[in-house]
Amino acid sequence: MRFGVVIFPGSNGDHDALSSIERGLGEEVVPVWHKERSVDHCDALLIPGGFSYGDYLRAGAIARFSPIMDAVAEFAEQGGPVLGICNGFQTLTEARLLRGALLRNGSLHFVCAWVYVRVETDRTPFTAELDPGAVLRLPIAHGQGRYFVTPEQYAELEANDQIVFRYSDAHGEVHDDHNPNASIGHVAGVSNRRGNVVGLMPHPERAYEMGIGGDDGLRILGAVSRAAMRAVRV
Amino acid sequence: MSVKTDEVSPAVKHSYLAEVFISLKPVVNDPEGLSIRDGLRSLGYAEVESVRAGKYLRVTLSAASMADAEAAVARMCDQLLANPVMEIYRIQLTALADH
Repeated sequence: MRFGVVIFPGSNGDHDALSSIERGLGEEVVPVWHKERSVDHCDALLIPGGFSYGDYLRAGAIARFSPIMDAVAEFAEQGGPVLGICNGFQTLTEARLLRGALLRNGSLHFVCAWVYVRVETDRTPFTAELDPGAVLRLPIAHGQGRYFVTPEQYAELEANDQIVFRYSDAHGEVHDDHNPNASIGHVAGVSNRRGNVVGLMPHPERAYEMGIGGDDGLRILGAVSRAAMRAVRV
Repeated sequence: MSVKTDEVSPAVKHSYLAEVFISLKPVVNDPEGLSIRDGLRSLGYAEVESVRAGKYLRVTLSAASMADAEAAVARMCDQLLANPVMEIYRIQLTALADH
């Protein structure tokens, strides 16, 4: 099992992602520079957080056209597990691998905090080992995390079980006081129709041991690892 | 003796300035615009009804005609400059004096 971490100029969560896999999971992980054109040597991909290309124009808008993104799209098309974290989530929506867009937070403030998210589905390789309703504690750090889709698209996402995480309180109750960026439907993460591509604003790769504040992120990253292993064996 | 004339001369290109105005779709909540509106009201501009924030880009390009220039910039908007999921755009073209 080998993870790849795609690195753009301006990524800053790349080393967190590499560490979380190497130290947290104990799996092999390789950096994948944005100018590369193949991810054939990887079994799962992480698109990390940061400010790719300075967030110029729109977050993720320019990263989307990096040479590596064609390979990422092909990997996703073939069913490979792809996790976009924060800026990686923004990049995946810009690349149209995920629905919707991420807008300026409702408060207009950059929000840096530990939050709770409720797992909404176990259909994705990233949540395959979690029960729907399970609550994870993860950090967020973003200025543009307000998930937006039209009400019709939102209904479609719900109907297709594509909403993967919602912001909640510690007990898994969803209400406006615990929606840090005013996302539609308190959405913290979504998947593509097939479920193999997931994007989320919280940072599982910054929660891989108690010494840094929590280790719930491993429940997402570890599930990917084991799900990918199973997929490879089939 | 005849001169060969079957070589196609390259189309004459002109310079254009495309001003691109990008804003959030009306259906998308715009907290930046709302907060600017509130700022104006707090300065005493009670007549302000709404503010929508957006982006303004100036693209200069060469094209055979204004219609070609507009079509090219529209493609740029659809592909990169605007995100059709959440944004709308308007293009205003001006012919620039040729060098």
